[in-house]
Amino acid sequence: MTERRLTIDPSVDAAIRRHGEETFPHECCGALIGSGGRVAEVFALPNTTEEGPRRRFLVRASDYRLAEQRASERHGELLGFYHSHPDHPARPSQFDLDHAWPTFAYIIVSVMSGRAGDMTVWYLKHDRSAFDEGTLHGDHNPDSHTAPAVHR
Amino acid sequence: MATTILIPTPLRPFTDKKDAVQAEGQTIGELLADLTTRHAGLKAHLYNDQGKLRSFVNVYVNDEDIRYLQKEQTPVSAADTVSIIPSVAGGIDLVEEVRKEAQPAADLPTLTNDEVKRYSRHLIMPEVGVDGQRKLKAAKVLCIGAGGLGSPAALYLAAAGVGRLGIVDFDAVDVSNLQRQVLHSTADIGRPKLTSAKEKLHALNPEIQIDTFETALTSENALRLFEPYDVILDGTDNFPTRYLVNDACVLLGKPNAYGSIFRFEGQASVFATKDGPCYRCLYPEPPPPGLVPSCAEGGVLGVLPGLIGVIQATEAIKLILGVGEPLIGRFLIYDALRMRFRELKLKKDPDCPVCGTHPTVTKLIDYEQFCGVMPAAPEQPAVSQNANPLEITAVELKQRLDRGDKLRIVDVREPNEYQINRIPGSELIPLGDIPKRYGELNPEEEIVVQCKMGGRSAKAADFLRSVGFKHVLNLKGGILDWVDKVDPSQPKY
Repeated sequence: MTERRLTIDPSVDAAIRRHGEETFPHECCGALIGSGGRVAEVFALPNTTEEGPRRRFLVRASDYRLAEQRASERHGELLGFYHSHPDHPARPSQFDLDHAWPTFAYIIVSVMSGRAGDMTVWYLKHDRSAFDEGTLHGDHNPDSHTAPAVHR
Repeated sequence: MATTILIPTPLRPFTDKKDAVQAEGQTIGELLADLTTRHAGLKAHLYNDQGKLRSFVNVYVNDEDIRYLQKEQTPVSAADTVSIIPSVAGGIDLVEEVRKEAQPAADLPTLTNDEVKRYSRHLIMPEVGVDGQRKLKAAKVLCIGAGGLGSPAALYLAAAGVGRLGIVDFDAVDVSNLQRQVLHSTADIGRPKLTSAKEKLHALNPEIQIDTFETALTSENALRLFEPYDVILDGTDNFPTRYLVNDACVLLGKPNAYGSIFRFEGQASVFATKDGPCYRCLYPEPPPPGLVPSCAEGGVLGVLPGLIGVIQATEAIKLILGVGEPLIGRFLIYDALRMRFRELKLKKDPDCPVCGTHPTVTKLIDYEQFCGVMPAAPEQPAVSQNANPLEITAVELKQRLDRGDKLRIVDVREPNEYQINRIPGSELIPLGDIPKRYGELNPEEEIVVQCKMGGRSAKAADFLRSVGFKHVLNLKGGILDWVDKVDPSQPKY
């Protein structure tokens, strides 16, 4: 399988990092909206986990619906979700794998001692056995700087 | 009759990119079965290996979650719209937490050439390797008890090269231990378990340090005893010590490799890790005294502690190495009779009295009192009058029988125990049958109830008194005391 690429606008990159730092030491989460493998907007969502937000996140069904709605309002697609790993590397966990959906891009940002660091993107394999790592590309096209930052 | 099903973005590749498809069925279960027949690729993402809907798959009928309707039995019609809505979840593995706390390799002791040979089967495994074996060498594990669970656990921990192994026990080896406590041999009967354990473990592996503590574990000494160790392995057989071990582990932040056994059933888990649940998250309060019989009362299959103790040792080793998925937040139940393993999910309880967000237990308490167990009464002279009017001692019973007093002796043990030994003239009504068979007894006559040690018969006596029996006496110390003090010709078990 060819490696999958995900392009993120600089404002998206910054918004995800900022969100991860703001919620540290808890995990943050949100939706990735765009089209054609390019994330134009992130949509921050509340972490509704009841299992301890330092190491878990949950986007509840009603927020998932909001994310889909927002994507269609923007004439875009819901490309996937992002979340942070406080004080842990930006590698997906077994728990991430167990809960992953096909085709979605999963961006993970590592936030070490409150500072956002590595950011990676992952896609679930067809047989659910593991994730494939994709490549994240920053987009330096100045026209794309209009993408809105994290929405609250 | 077709019903429309709305498909979320990530599943659309399996429905020819359609965001809505049709399927047939009278209930959600039937509808989804039909859906996955029509679009086979969906199945792996909607159902787990056991054929159950995955927990993060939400199904709505119109705007209602089927969890609050009739789940998969929820009826549907053509007028309804069914939506499949993902919960998106993720996070950090618990094992990462443990790994992070593991010692950096630079501070670890090196292996001698003899150790390299001894542990070669470990060293060639990528999950252990030289660094893992050095972690084991640096590790310190404390086994509470050198009995059924402690025996196999200590043997394998010693064999695996855990550098420092502590054992707390104050018992002597009894012949009835040998059916399962494989650290001890027939020649060890009557010797302290610790002496026997230390000999066996050193014979197996002279490279390791073995600390022995010949004492009962108490609220006064637990924190001091646990302090030097990395992992505590709970091989206790009673509730007060189990709660004591749990609480001390939580207070000190040390993981508790837990196991327990009864008859054919074993349980294991890892409690008291940083973010994992503890024993009290599962059982905040002990059961009423006497409700749950001990192995001495109820028996235990000899090989069972072998398996559970080795699971505890495995978990201890995984925690030390920082590999795999520890039994944190998972409660393993093993049924030897059916040869099945089951697993319950455990969550850390934010209201837990000891590991919750606002703990009420912040130091060790009196666990005998907490568990409703009376401290052992001082040994009474055999011939003295028993102070408790609801009890009779073996010697008093013998004297009254010899006098020709009319006493009815009811043995409330199980038939297989009755076959081993019995008080002459006693009749068998197992404790569980008392509520339906007490009509065979006369509420006016004097009755002595008896079991192995006096626990079950105390419950039988309470019950009989509650239904109007006027003269019920419990045989103190059960048939074991009878054999010891009156009839040593009979076997004990």
